[in-house]
Amino acid sequence: MSGPSVGDRLDHVFRDEWGQVVATLIGLTGDWELAEECAQEAFATALRRWPEDGIPDRPGAWLTTTARNKAMDVLRREAVGAAKLREVAAMTDPDDELAAADGGTLRAPTDDSAVRDDRLRLMFTCCHPALAMEARVALTLRTLAGLSTAEIARAFLVGEEAMSKRLTRAKRKIQHAGIPYRVPPDHLLPERTPAVLAVLYLLFNEGYSASAGADLVRRSLADEAIRLTRLLTDLMPDEPEAAGLLALMLLHTARRDTRTTPDGELVPLDEQDRTRWHLDEIAAAESLLTATLRRGRPGPYQVQAAIAACHATARTAADTDWPQIAALYAQLDQTPVVALNRAVAIGLADGPAIGLRLLDDLAAGPLAGYHLLPATRADFLRRLGRTTEAADAYRAAIDLAGTDAERRYLRRRLAEVT
Amino acid sequence: MKYLLLICGDESAEAHAQDGCGDWSEEMESRGVVEGGAGLRPPSEATTVRVRSGELLLTDGPFAETKEQIGGFVLIDCADLDEAIEIAAKHPAAGYGTIEIRPLLAGPPV
Repeated sequence: MSGPSVGDRLDHVFRDEWGQVVATLIGLTGDWELAEECAQEAFATALRRWPEDGIPDRPGAWLTTTARNKAMDVLRREAVGAAKLREVAAMTDPDDELAAADGGTLRAPTDDSAVRDDRLRLMFTCCHPALAMEARVALTLRTLAGLSTAEIARAFLVGEEAMSKRLTRAKRKIQHAGIPYRVPPDHLLPERTPAVLAVLYLLFNEGYSASAGADLVRRSLADEAIRLTRLLTDLMPDEPEAAGLLALMLLHTARRDTRTTPDGELVPLDEQDRTRWHLDEIAAAESLLTATLRRGRPGPYQVQAAIAACHATARTAADTDWPQIAALYAQLDQTPVVALNRAVAIGLADGPAIGLRLLDDLAAGPLAGYHLLPATRADFLRRLGRTTEAADAYRAAIDLAGTDAERRYLRRRLAEVT
Repeated sequence: MKYLLLICGDESAEAHAQDGCGDWSEEMESRGVVEGGAGLRPPSEATTVRVRSGELLLTDGPFAETKEQIGGFVLIDCADLDEAIEIAAKHPAAGYGTIEIRPLLAGPPV
């Protein structure tokens, strides 16, 4: 019948439900590999059956019950302890099992709060600070977002086998080192929540900074990061930094259509066509941020979102509120990159000569070798009309730039001053 | 779960050898998480044993030539890695050396 539309629906269901099915199964069996395997099989069964039987009313519940039944089969075959089997079996009543067996509708296998809790538990466990950062990112993508090992490997430019090893090692460590599958108790939340946010932000940046024409998988990382951050804000409505991070991501992606030219050249913020920014998304992100800031518990993500909002809401580049942006940068930890951005903002607020002086202070520090330092210098020198020095600085930046898009942009700028 | 806390430090850690673990020991004893442990004599007094092709090989000194050496160990039994991290972080040696947390191989129940 309508095969493709079921396929599309399934795709959506997969995105929406995968994390929850895996989270629930880990909670029930304590076995990450088994949980993934059974989730995979449940989705495969759905792919076979739904085109004929129709999509059940509660696809998530159907998938969870089907996956749970598969887990029971495996546990039974492996003759594990009867206690564990009873525990897993207790999850649904026999009627539900029957309903799953004939593909019909189901009641939710667990109440909503438990389901929400499961996914939050999974998020915190994947982002546990005892795991290496790459492992946290990969695990989050695999177990929560449902990306395949091959997709994750491609996104991070490593071989599939290496990625598979990384995932296996992480899962083993969780199991054998006794990393608890839970939302940390209150006294640990202040240090653990930033760890989760850091993983999501890193995911977003990996995807967002991929230039046009780069692997699609890489760009979809930004979408996954937004989806997971939105989920986190639903699960932790009292955490303003989660909302701040979501606002930050939304403000960035609202400019997605204008960041590069069709042939992949980078378009700087002040040259982007602001009529093509997604204004509805900017407005939504801004009101989210305003509501969040009103709680009076600002943090680095909220401040960064406020900076992004200054840019996104300026009608023209010339209208940008640079003094406000400089003041916001002053509120962040003064890492070298933040100091550079602050120098840019001050230079644009108070004049390039002042900005240039701030850059000189940074040149001796850890930013030596970072292409944006000479690129910014060049920009200030150009504004001051010191074109020869500007050209030298552009050349230095071109030598240090990491991507073709950046180099092309800098060459164009160099051509303007020579 | 059982974990071995390996307390490591460089030569400067020796200065702390006689510090003892005062409040930490008291708290952990009362929580009942400590199963055993000891401080060690310096690595210069270590002897390393290997048997290769039936031949006994002895080396004067520790196995690994690294700056950081094991200065002591504690065997703990606690709920999970989060608790083990908390216990290790409270140990005075965490302030000047490093503490490696190693889960024990699951053996037969004792």
